[in-house]
Order: sequence, then structure tokens, then C-alpha cells
Amino acid sequence: MSYTFAIVLTGVLVAMSCALVGSFLVLRRLSLVGDAISHTVLLGIVIGALITGGISGLPTLLGATVVGLLTVALVEVLSRSGLVKEDAAIGLVFPALFALGVVLVSRYAGNVHLDVEHVLYGEIAYVPFDTLVIGGYDLGPRALWVLGGIALVDLLFVVLFYKELKLATFDTGLAAALGFSPVLVHYCLMGVVSLTTVGAFDAVGAILVVAFLIVPPSTAYLLTDRLPVMLGLAVFAGALSAAGGYLVARWLDASIAGAMATVAGVLFALAFLFSPTHGLVVRSLRRAAQRRTFAVDLLLAHLCRAERETPEEVRAEFRWSPRHAERIISEATRRGLLREQNGRLTLTDAGRSASNALSAQ
Amino acid sequence: MLDLLHDLLFDYTLRTVALGATILGLVSGVLGCYAVLRRQSLFGDALAHAALPGVAIAFLVAGGKTPIVLLLGAAISGWLGALAVLGITRGSRLKEDAALGTVLTVFFGFGIVLLTYIQRGGNASQSGLSGFLFGQAAVLVQHDVVVMAALGAVALCLVALFHKEFKLLTFDPDFGSSLGFGMGRLSVLLTGLITVAVVIGLQTVGVVLMAAMLVAPAAAARQWTDRLGTMLALSGLFGAFCGVTGAALSSLDARVPTGPLVVLVATLLVLVSLTLAPRRGMLWAALRRWRNNRRLAHERVLLALSGASNRDGALATVLPEELRTRMGDLQRQGFVHGGVGEGWGLTDLGRREVAAADHRQEVWRAGLARQLDVSEDEVHLQAPQIAQALGPEVLRGLQDVPESAKVETEGRAR
Repeated sequence: MSYTFAIVLTGVLVAMSCALVGSFLVLRRLSLVGDAISHTVLLGIVIGALITGGISGLPTLLGATVVGLLTVALVEVLSRSGLVKEDAAIGLVFPALFALGVVLVSRYAGNVHLDVEHVLYGEIAYVPFDTLVIGGYDLGPRALWVLGGIALVDLLFVVLFYKELKLATFDTGLAAALGFSPVLVHYCLMGVVSLTTVGAFDAVGAILVVAFLIVPPSTAYLLTDRLPVMLGLAVFAGALSAAGGYLVARWLDASIAGAMATVAGVLFALAFLFSPTHGLVVRSLRRAAQRRTFAVDLLLAHLCRAERETPEEVRAEFRWSPRHAERIISEATRRGLLREQNGRLTLTDAGRSASNALSAQ
Repeated sequence: MLDLLHDLLFDYTLRTVALGATILGLVSGVLGCYAVLRRQSLFGDALAHAALPGVAIAFLVAGGKTPIVLLLGAAISGWLGALAVLGITRGSRLKEDAALGTVLTVFFGFGIVLLTYIQRGGNASQSGLSGFLFGQAAVLVQHDVVVMAALGAVALCLVALFHKEFKLLTFDPDFGSSLGFGMGRLSVLLTGLITVAVVIGLQTVGVVLMAAMLVAPAAAARQWTDRLGTMLALSGLFGAFCGVTGAALSSLDARVPTGPLVVLVATLLVLVSLTLAPRRGMLWAALRRWRNNRRLAHERVLLALSGASNRDGALATVLPEELRTRMGDLQRQGFVHGGVGEGWGLTDLGRREVAAADHRQEVWRAGLARQLDVSEDEVHLQAPQIAQALGPEVLRGLQDVPESAKVETEGRAR
């Protein structure tokens, strides 16, 4: 397995897993809870490491997942007490847990081989060298096995519980009425998010996992209205960010994880501007077209009452600039709604019926 | 302890770090109030993350580590991040939390790329990033603290100057607009001041923990008062206290960095406030609930007793088990007399209390009936009848919606 291929594949697996569960986070307005979880897993990893003496291994994985769920539970308890709003609750819980993790690491990391920065930024470049050796057989990069497993778990989760997730996300009341437990779905989702975060920290670091959790799904959100399409696009955008990010990092000799996040951001920007359904460009054009139509309607309604006006009189009436008046009149003429005769504007038959239709509304 | 106090004043490093942390606590405590009240707590977190590219570019441009240039870079970059969040929220259907998350991570990732590019190492940890992430309070020098103090002073002056306007902006922006204040521009100013607070704090507590410094002192202060002015002052005080204490504690063990300790102290302060603050505090709320339940139970017993005894002073010999446990209390208060073998009966005091309780119930029922616009007979204490009396609309409105379900109902795609 080539060096490049292993790294890119790792990145793609991370991106795919995160895109799948992250889509539901974005839809349920829990993006920042995902951010919080990715920070607090440090505490779980530290505790797991202190207990087991190493940072990789099932106990650490599970411990960190539990801490992730604890984060969610704490935020909920705080905000439900009514004393602290939800966003403030998030801003209280995750820094506290993260600070605890850092303090523990600083005080006790002498006993444990734990590189805090590695936990936070990961180092995907080392992935090909850390191989899994079982019974004398070298099975390839350990990260690929871990991430492959997690990607499978995520995929199974989304596929098996698709209906429940969809219902609980878009129509909680109906879900509860049908006997599903939205709360259970919520916590299962959070558990899977925690697991994914912990699994991915090795490669891209806990902090940049958030990028993959939020940005590709947000990109997809701006491109479609259908959930299955959104999931597919999110995965695709994530994979593209991973691959593209690696190339950029190689070219600039810079951080691979950071480059992946940046490329994800670039894709998001492109979708934000140019999405055919929700993009900024399209929205502006639509608004401009609406403004023009409205102006034409005004003109027609006016001419209906005051036939045979000169363009100057029309302009004075509406206080349009010469250029604007010119544009509206030519638009209306082009649509066959009015005619210019002897320097005066009159409605055509089509124009008159359109104007009547307007006043009938 | 005395040694600590001595060091605080006379040891250069500790004094500098403590001063820096105190200034940070003070400024972020005050400005954090506005962030918390406007539900923009995590804006500070996003600003902190978004500041990284600015630091990197400032480093490139200035070629050195002059703090003021780096702070300027951080401020501009954070500022652009804030604008980006607003732009995304207003310009597309993406909700604010996803916009914050997107800007936060993309800017941060881009910042890491820049930093590693600068160092040409490709390895994020080499480039002094950890200082930015966790804060490097230990390497603060007097010059840094002077800069922080100057910026902080300016920020606090502006807060004092615009106190009334910010108050309007926070609680009733529409009214403010109608009075002719430019709410948009004030919002821009406030965000700028919060950016200053964030940038001051970056050196001390780092990116990840900055959110806590904006939120925790303000959240703690909120528990003790309902007035904005008091909250601002209290929050600043709390923040400063956390700064000093965190710095002092970290000096006790050389391995532990200052930033996380300041945050932990702040969190502790919040927990204490949540529990102990008068009126809002959970302890007092629980106490109030317990006292109310007890009083209601007594009332029920007295009423049952007055119903069970048929004439004045007559003894009721048979009582349900649960009522017997209350008898001790009631006897102590002088409302009943009697004992286990002989049965129980009301004293004169007890009978007066029963009459008072009856009267209270009458008033309550009449008032409730009037509020609900129903007849008094329909207003009973039993739940099924209450449900009928209130009617379906009121019931739906009263239903306790658990927070998680609320989150889910809001998570609908448009």
C-alpha cells in the first residue's frame, strides 16, 4: 500500500464517517454540541490512558465515548434547569472538561506516553507507519482498520435507523406518537458522534474532526432538499476535501489536516455562492427579477388608469431614474404588454388584461 | 499561603501572570455579560478560533513576535470571522450554529496551514501553536500586560460610555431603533469590543478555553442579580478573582498551565453560584419546594382530621398510615392532641388552622375559576377534573416540553 494512498484513504474514511453522522447534527441544530464533544474527548482519552497506560485500545475508545455522552447530558441538565441558556451551557461544559483534561495530562502525563498535541491535531502523515501486527502478520496501518470499523458502524447506524433518524429529526411529535423515542435516538446519535470523534482523532486530531462533522454536510445542505441526496453529497464533499486537502498540503508542505479543513471550506464557499437552488448568486438574481416584475406591474396598473403617458411623465410619477425607467419600459415592451405610439405609452390588449388580472387579485 | 501572597506581589513572573489573568478576567467578565444575555456565548469561541489566520499573517508581515501586531492580526481575523458568520446566516438558509461551526473550523484549519507553511515543517506542533491553543501565560512579560491593560481600559471605557445604548441593544433593540439609536452600528461596536476581549485572552487561556472566560463569570453573576449594572460589575469581579486565583494556584505546581486552572476556578464559581445564590439557586429552590410540600401535607392532614372527627374535640381513632407520620409535627405545633393508643383530635388552635386552610382554598378556587373563566365547582384539586376545567388549549400550552424534544423539534429543515 503506497504511502499516499494510505493517507488519502484514511482521510476519506474519516470524512465519510463524519459526513454521515454530521449531517444529522447540522439538521438538528446540534453542530456546536458536536464541537463540544470533539473537545471533551480529550478528557476521556486522558482518563482512559491513565487507567490503561496507553492511548490506543478499546478502554480508551469507550471511555472517551462515555465522556462525550456525559458532555451532552451535562449540557442538557444545565439548560433544563432554566438557570443557564443552552448556548451558555455548551460554553461552560466543554471548556471545563477540556481544562480538566489538560490539567490531568500536565500533572500525570509523566507516567503516560501521551502527546496532547497529537490528540488535538492528529498527525495523519504517521498513519502508514503505525501498522497492526497480529500473530506476526502485518495487516497494514492500524488507523485504517480502526477508521474502517468506525465508518462501517456509522454506515450501519444510518442505514438501519434511517427511518427513525429521519422522523426524529424532522417531526419529533409524530415520532413520539408512533412509539419511537426521540430521546433515545438523540443519545444514540450522540454516542455514535463521540465514537467517530475518538476514532478519528488519531488521524486528523479532535479539533479538526469538527470540520468534517459540520462543513461538508453544510455544503450539501445548500445544494439539495432531499435527505438521501444530502447524505450522499456530504460524503462526496468530505471525500473531495480529504483528497484535495492532501494534495494542497503536499504542494505547500503544510499541515495536512488543516489543508483538508481549508479545502472543505472552499467547497462550502462555492456552494454558498453558486448553488443552483440556494446559492447567493441565484438568490440575488431571483430577487432582481422579482423587483423588475413588481415594477412592470406597477407600470401596467398606472397606465391602465392614465392612458397615453409619455415616458417622462411615467418617470416623474414613480420617481425612477432615467436608466431604470428605460429598463422597465423596454422590459414591458418586450413582453408585449405595452406599445409606444407618437412618443406616448399605451397598453396593448395583453397588457390591459394583465393589468385587470392584477387589480382582481 | 502567606508565601503565596508575598510572591503574588513581589515575584516578577507570578505578578505578571496574575496581572495578565486578572485583566483578562475583568474584561471578558464584563463583555461576556452581553454575549451571554444576547445568546451569543459561542460567538466568542468562534472569534477565538477565527483569530488564528490573523496571527499567522501578522507574524509573516511583522516578521517577529511583537505582541501588538499579532493582537491586531488576531483582531482583524476574528472580526472577519464574525462578519462571515453573519453573512452566512443572512445570505443562506444555514442556521447560526452551523455557520459558527463552519467559520470556526475552516478559519482555524486555514490558520494551521499558514502557520505550518511559515515554519515549513508541515508539523503543526512545531510552530508554537500550542501556545495559541492553551495559552502561554507563563511567558507573559510586563510589556504584554501593559498592552492588555491598555486595550482592556479602552474597552471598559467604551462599555461605560455606551451603557445605556448597549442595554437597549440587548433587551429591546426595536425600541432602541425607534428612539433613533443605530442598532446595527451598536451591534458592530459590541462585537468589536468582544473581539478585543477575546484577543486579550488568547495569550493567557488560549483558543479553546476562551469561550469559558466569556461565559462563566457572566453566568455566575447572573445567578446573583437581575440588574444589568450589578451583573456587569459582579461579573468583572468574578472574572478578576478567577484570574488571580488560577494564576496563584498554577504557581504551586510548575507543570500545570495557568489557563486551564483559571477556567476550572471559573467553573467552580459557576457551580457554587448555581447552587447557593438566593432565589435562583438550586439549593434554595429545593428548600422552598420541600417547605411547600411539608406545609401542604400538614394542611391535608388537618383537613382529613377535621373531617374524621364528628364533633369538637372528638377523637378520630383510625387514620391512614401516611397521616400518622405527620402527627408528630402537628402535635409539636399545637394543632392536634392525642396519641397512638387513644386516637387524635384537633385542638382549638388546630380548628382555627383548619378554618384558615379552608378559607385559603376557597380563595384559590375562586381566583382560579375567575382566571379560567369557569364555574367554581369545576375547579377541584383532583387532576382529571382540573384537566377538564382547563380545556385542551391551556393544557397543551402548559405541557412540560423536555429540552431534548425541543431541540429535536427545532431541528427541522425548512
